[in-house]
Amino acid sequence: MENIVLQMKDISKSFGGVHALNGIHFELREGEIHALLGENGAGKSTLIKVLGGIYKPDKGSVAINGKDVVMDSVQVARDHGIGIIHQEIVLVPHLTVAENIFLGREILDRFGFQDRKEMYRQATEMLGALGLEFDAGLKVAALTIAQQQMVEIVKASSFQVKILVMDEPTSSLSDEEVEKLFETMEKLRRQKVSIIYISHRMEELFRITDRITVIRDGTYVGTVDTKATDTNQLVAMMVGRSLQNYYTRDYDTMKEEVVLEVKNLTKKGVFKDINFKVRKGEILGFSGLVGAGRSEIMTCVFGADRFDSGEIFLNGRQVRFKNCLQAINAGIAMVTEDRKKTGLTLINSIMFNTTLSSLRYYAAGLLISDKKKDAVTKEYIKSLNIKALSPDVAVGSMSGGNQQKVVLAKALATKPKLLILDEPTRGVDVGAKAEIYAIINELAKQGMAIVMISSELPEIINMCDNVCVVKEGVKTGELGYQGLTQEKIMKLATGV
Amino acid sequence: MKNNSFLKMIKGNSGIIAVLVIISVILSFASPVFLTADNFLSVLRQVSNNMYLALGMTLVIILGGIDLSVGTCVAMCGTLTAGLMVNQGMPMGAAIAVGLLLGTLAGFLNGLIIATFKVPAFIVTMSMMNIAKGIAYIYSGGRSIRVSNEVYTGIGTGKLFGVLPLPVVYMIILIAVFMVVLNKTKFGTYIFAIGGNRESARLSGVPIKKVEIAVFTISGFLAAFAGIVLSARMYSGQPGVGEGYELDAIAACVLGGVSMTGGIGAISGTIFGALVIGIISNGLNLIGLSSFWQLVVKGLIILLAVIIDTQKGSDSVVKRIIKNAKERA
Repeated sequence: MENIVLQMKDISKSFGGVHALNGIHFELREGEIHALLGENGAGKSTLIKVLGGIYKPDKGSVAINGKDVVMDSVQVARDHGIGIIHQEIVLVPHLTVAENIFLGREILDRFGFQDRKEMYRQATEMLGALGLEFDAGLKVAALTIAQQQMVEIVKASSFQVKILVMDEPTSSLSDEEVEKLFETMEKLRRQKVSIIYISHRMEELFRITDRITVIRDGTYVGTVDTKATDTNQLVAMMVGRSLQNYYTRDYDTMKEEVVLEVKNLTKKGVFKDINFKVRKGEILGFSGLVGAGRSEIMTCVFGADRFDSGEIFLNGRQVRFKNCLQAINAGIAMVTEDRKKTGLTLINSIMFNTTLSSLRYYAAGLLISDKKKDAVTKEYIKSLNIKALSPDVAVGSMSGGNQQKVVLAKALATKPKLLILDEPTRGVDVGAKAEIYAIINELAKQGMAIVMISSELPEIINMCDNVCVVKEGVKTGELGYQGLTQEKIMKLATGV
Repeated sequence: MKNNSFLKMIKGNSGIIAVLVIISVILSFASPVFLTADNFLSVLRQVSNNMYLALGMTLVIILGGIDLSVGTCVAMCGTLTAGLMVNQGMPMGAAIAVGLLLGTLAGFLNGLIIATFKVPAFIVTMSMMNIAKGIAYIYSGGRSIRVSNEVYTGIGTGKLFGVLPLPVVYMIILIAVFMVVLNKTKFGTYIFAIGGNRESARLSGVPIKKVEIAVFTISGFLAAFAGIVLSARMYSGQPGVGEGYELDAIAACVLGGVSMTGGIGAISGTIFGALVIGIISNGLNLIGLSSFWQLVVKGLIILLAVIIDTQKGSDSVVKRIIKNAKERA
């Protein structure tokens, strides 16, 4: 039998009488990559915080290498070889890689000054051990997001880490970078490091993990061998029922009338000669690798960025928007890729965010009517099934899926004829995903023209009428939904 | 509904209101004059000047900026308005119009440069602070300009119904206007949106440049207004006046819970903030503390008040986290 390095038994934790965790079990073998799966709010983060010594469990035990440990501080967790890599990168951008790795425990020379040479040497060694090629003397700000993540891993593993927790490490990585990350994980595994892996991307779990533990609403659902399960079983475990129609799509909504036509759109060095049409009731997908220029094409159409040449026709009339306000007033709405950075003001309420783009509809003379704003927000809370106690809740405190619905509500409140969605389900749990697909389908039914940029091929294949594939700023093809496969799209996206 | 928002306002400002009450109680024991109606009006009059500036500053800081030029703009506009009447023989109305326009223009330029060239507001308005100060001194040669026009001085010394000083009347009107602007208009919402998340605001169709320029222009206008009222009250335009006024205005905002990182704040908070600063000055005067010591005490009290307020804030952060966990569970 393989060594069990971590055994969490019957962990319960409640906050003010509400159970965040209720009898969770989790077991980790040496050198294992074990996924922790659950919807947003299922309790994954709380469990990780218990492991990391941030929260003290009310009940239950944590055993490391068979010995019970009272995990009552971050230091204790660290001493037992537990390293946690959080979703957000927490490096200091203007320090070098080496300085970041040794931050707070700098190596000193005999005069008490920082021994940069030695730190650089050791850091280079650590990078080398994981097969990473960049220089330890580089400033972190000069690295790609993926490389920064690697630095986090190196930093965590430099604490003699035995158990490494990775919380959604791939959410902002390109496919290539994900590959690199997986290689690194394999190397760690060979060094007998056990990894707890949190991700929403099912394909990844099947590729890299050995076992998967599913939790739901703070309770333990089960642990399965990755080889012996499939997506349907996992989804059913996560949501507590099987989602028969995960994707909702009626393919008869497309009309003849062209809403948006783009001709020869070009922005030097970014994309070139892009042509496409979107019709009423159509969902037009935009597929391609991250960085292919899909988002940039759409931000130019939306007036958020400038393009060099080409023509855009909205309902047959040529347009060129100087800013987003003009585009919104003309009937275009866009849901941007990164809801936290560009979609929402997190400190403000659902009502504030929902109505921000459509304030012109709530005017009462010179003033804005709070009553109308409140009514519209409540309408969207109901129709999009946003889980919130009131329109005054700050969106920063809500789950990813609910936040995404608020961004969607903001776009819809402008009453657009054309809706541009950029990665509409990124970082959203399965339950909310299915709901968002149903909403998108309903909008197409109502005659809205929809452009959907997505890196998730299943989503493109199951939702879109037509798919434009973009590779390095050039449209390499357009495919209809019939007979659409991942292979066909990938061929156009990569050119092999 | 009305009652509800009033309660919310009280709750949101509970820290600063507590500070206000404590200081008032201490001062009412320390000085028999403090709790008289006359003194109350005099406090309000003293507060009014800072309040004009603080109202504009509230908008600026919520937007995510700062305006260091308001203090010396007070001097520039007051001096020029007085000078244009006394030295150039310009009619009063015209001189006031020019004075107001000058401050408004300074604010407009601040906004234009910040919005167009993306230079930090701190730098731009600091430069404008020096320019305005320079203009005030160049024009006046460093001497104060006495005004004898009684209609003009009445702007600052007159009383409504023979009781309420006119500067206080202006203050009340401005407060009402700014509360409506910030809470009930598109423009007000846009200020919060830009301060909260600039990029998200841009993509949501908020005309960022226009709003930025407008907010700094308003701040400049208020500085000019404050300068004219002040020169009228002092019977003279003084180029040296107004130094440090911008800091009092910022202090009022911060005391009132306006976040220096932008996106958060309320006019009601700023009102209490300005009142606290005014009452401290007034009280220390009544006690007879020398003006040099007053600076020290004022600084300490502001520091203490803000610490109390942030602690209250961090408490609510803890509460929020617990609430989140509850919602998720």
